[in-house]
Amino acid sequence: MNVWIAIAATAVGCYLVKYLGLSAPAGVLERPLVKRLAALLPVALLAALTAQQTFSDGHHLMLDAKAAGVAAAAVALALRAPFLLVVGVAVAVTAGVRALGG
Amino acid sequence: MAEQTDIRPTGKAATPEPARPAKPDSAVIRDALGVGIAVGLSGFAFGVTSAGSGLTLLQTCALSLLVFTGASQFALVGALAAGGNPLTAAAGAFFLGVRNAFYGLRLSAVLGHRAAVRPFAAHWVIDETTAVTLAQPDRRSARLGFTVTGLSLYVLWNLTTLIGALGAAALGDTDAWGLDAASPAVFLALLAPMLRSTAERAAAGLAVVLVMTTLPLLPTGVPVLLSALAAPAVLVVQGRRARAKGAGNDTTHTGDAQGRPATEEKQA
Repeated sequence: MNVWIAIAATAVGCYLVKYLGLSAPAGVLERPLVKRLAALLPVALLAALTAQQTFSDGHHLMLDAKAAGVAAAAVALALRAPFLLVVGVAVAVTAGVRALGG
Repeated sequence: MAEQTDIRPTGKAATPEPARPAKPDSAVIRDALGVGIAVGLSGFAFGVTSAGSGLTLLQTCALSLLVFTGASQFALVGALAAGGNPLTAAAGAFFLGVRNAFYGLRLSAVLGHRAAVRPFAAHWVIDETTAVTLAQPDRRSARLGFTVTGLSLYVLWNLTTLIGALGAAALGDTDAWGLDAASPAVFLALLAPMLRSTAERAAAGLAVVLVMTTLPLLPTGVPVLLSALAAPAVLVVQGRRARAKGAGNDTTHTGDAQGRPATEEKQA
């Protein structure tokens, strides 16, 4: 039940912000400070999520094969690999390191 | 129309002849399908991650059908898997989705949809459709690009979510296949192109520090929400620096030996 509450809240919230943006009269959200905050917000959240999911189980810090996989993904990104390849590299390297006992 | 000045230049679209169909439909469709198919396929990673996080098949598919914004979906199942409170988990996913409002704002000027169409178009307002649409030279191409990217991505993303969720059961322990690395890799791939200037890098760095230091102390899901404060924090520091620099430029003309005012950091 808790999961369904989370799903419903996310679905409604995410849809409303999409619709709000598409329907708001131009100028409402166009203040420079609001725009810059909106640009930085996903940067902060994505960085935090990357770090958290790489180096923790959600509550405890840990270092395991995932770190190697995400590091490999970072290298792939630096080499301008396409999106799917970046994710594939992360999965493959993590599986490989784990199979080797990492 | 004035809104066309908003369109991001893509290099090849800057041809000087006006009053011509600047881009053939087939080229728009090809670009749109390229993005739609490549990203649509990554729904597989979401399906596997979601099922591996303990969500049922129905819950996993409902997320892709109803939320349809990848980063929020990954964030939600990650937070739920870690045992977070459902509303804290939803809040994190929601804040990630807020960026779509700003995409919508730019798209509405370019697409010019009627009010009756907007509730349907809104569901497809995400990173990829925005990128393709804003890269088009005119309204016709923009609408076509938006529709083809949105449709191909929506269909594929939901199909691959289903296959991924079914496949996760067949794979057994998804961690053994390294599939728990898919979600952070997706976040990193979304983040990387955003790290263009000092402000973005500072916000990302500060957010990482915030989340790592508070993770063992605060309830699950809260550290990620807290890390969002990195964004206003960076803006405050930046604003203060800009003011200090403005004042400095007025008073100290002799400060620089090369006779060069301190402008080189301006792009930050």
